[in-house]
Amino acid sequence: MKSSRRRFIKLAGIAALGLGAQPAIKAIAPAAQTGPQVEFSPGPNALTAKQWAMVIDTRRFNKPEDLEPMIEVCHKTHNVPHFSDKRHVIKWIWETHFHNAFPDIPNRFISEAAESRPYLVLCNHCENPPCVRACPTKATFKRENDGIVMMDMHRCIGCRFCMAACPYGSRSFNFVDPRTGLNEKEMNPKYPTRMMGVVEKCNFCAERLAVGQKPACVEVSNGAIAFGDLSDPNSEVRHLLRENFTIRRKQNLGTEPCVYYIV
Amino acid sequence: MSDKKWIILGLLIFMVLFLSPFLYNVLIKAGKAAPMAELVLTPKAKAAKECVMPTPYMRTEHMQLLDEWRLKVVRGAQRDFTNAQGKTFEMSLTNTCLDCHSNKAEFCDRCHNYASVRPYCWDCHLDNPQGEMK
Ligand code: HEC
Ligand code: HEC
Ligand code: HEC
Repeated sequence: MKSSRRRFIKLAGIAALGLGAQPAIKAIAPAAQTGPQVEFSPGPNALTAKQWAMVIDTRRFNKPEDLEPMIEVCHKTHNVPHFSDKRHVIKWIWETHFHNAFPDIPNRFISEAAESRPYLVLCNHCENPPCVRACPTKATFKRENDGIVMMDMHRCIGCRFCMAACPYGSRSFNFVDPRTGLNEKEMNPKYPTRMMGVVEKCNFCAERLAVGQKPACVEVSNGAIAFGDLSDPNSEVRHLLRENFTIRRKQNLGTEPCVYYIV
Repeated sequence: MSDKKWIILGLLIFMVLFLSPFLYNVLIKAGKAAPMAELVLTPKAKAAKECVMPTPYMRTEHMQLLDEWRLKVVRGAQRDFTNAQGKTFEMSLTNTCLDCHSNKAEFCDRCHNYASVRPYCWDCHLDNPQGEMK
């Protein structure tokens, strides 16, 4: 009996040592993923910024038709379906009235010109995004390197908490298969569609920034929309913000939107 | 003890029924799994000779590779992948994998059907980079 107890204690000691050594072993031999020699990089032409931002000069848009090119090019580029049934509408960027865009600017006798203009609205890529806090799977997240509020479609479970959290209505849910609302011949073969049961929204054209192009809406706006790094005091957007009076949507909520409007 | 022979008979019948699939395979249809349909390489893939990673790795680990790719692209803002040979590829399911393996039906699908795997990627990712929809 005595010798077997000794043996037991010895074995227990060795086992404890083995368990204790596990972190050390892990540190020495990290789990191989793709292999040691492969490399990932952002690509040679990628545009980079700490926090992307947009400045929209609303004075340049007087009729709803003026906004159509931006809306159309965005929805074409990203295979956003068109549904006439209002309950199924998917939108990344759209037109709205002053009072819907800026309900917290309640001035009486407001400038008629400003009030009657159409306003282009989209995801604000907030610095303090409430949708990110609401997402239970981290499918929506604020990308650290460029500040874009991204959606990882692969993780979206369609719970729609983000839609409830977003104060701007920037998110749409796919109630039906989006491919039924797309014209097959006009699809952009380079960009995936989405599927029934996921949420989607504007991604600041992350896939275009990665190859050195500005967002599609900026490109077709004839200079009415500026895009640049908010954290760089010499960027185009910071110049515009210094020189013009701008407003942001529902700024009192503290989300710090990164889409600014010159009025 | 008079039930002994019935019990043994019952057991025998049970054993025969129980083993019948194995007996069928061994005695009647000498067992062989159906062979997988041949994988077809497109001219473009043939010209390239090599996949993005060594073939045995691709055969067993391509799903892990794709998982890592999408993680890097969507969450890490990195789009280029350089393999051990120093060749660089854009990390894209539709624009890279299906650029070489544009015959998805005769390549990816053949093997997946055989292995009874149904990736749901094609609900979103277009499976015809050349643009002709079915
Ligand atoms: C709900 C729709 C959806 C599904 C399902 C889906 N993806 Fe994606 N995937 C996307 C979107 C959107 C992107 C972003 C594309 C971009 O930014 O260029 C993407 C990007 C990717 C990328 C990197 C960029 C590219 O062009 O390919 C890879 C790799 C990828 N997905 C692999 C997969 C794999 C593998 C599956 C299946 C297991 C899958 N995806 C299923 C929507 C989806
Ligand atoms: C440059 C062209 C090219 C690209 C891009 C490419 N492949 Fe391949 N792939 C090949 C070739 C060539 C082979 C056959 C190699 C051989 O026979 O040894 C192959 C083989 C494979 C195999 C093994 C088939 C077998 O014989 O068992 C798989 C799986 C595979 N590829 C998947 C992929 C996936 C997934 C991607 C995207 C990540 C991809 N390939 C991208 C050219 C390519
Ligand atoms: C040699 C056979 C073979 C070929 C060729 C092949 N696959 Fe696969 N693939 C498999 C097997 C087997 C699995 C399942 C592995 C598992 O479940 O662990 C799989 C799984 C996958 C998955 C993950 C599915 C999931 O639901 O998690 C993806 C994505 C995938 N394959 C993409 C491709 C693409 C794209 C191609 C063509 C370019 C391809 N495969 C070609 C054998 C193959």
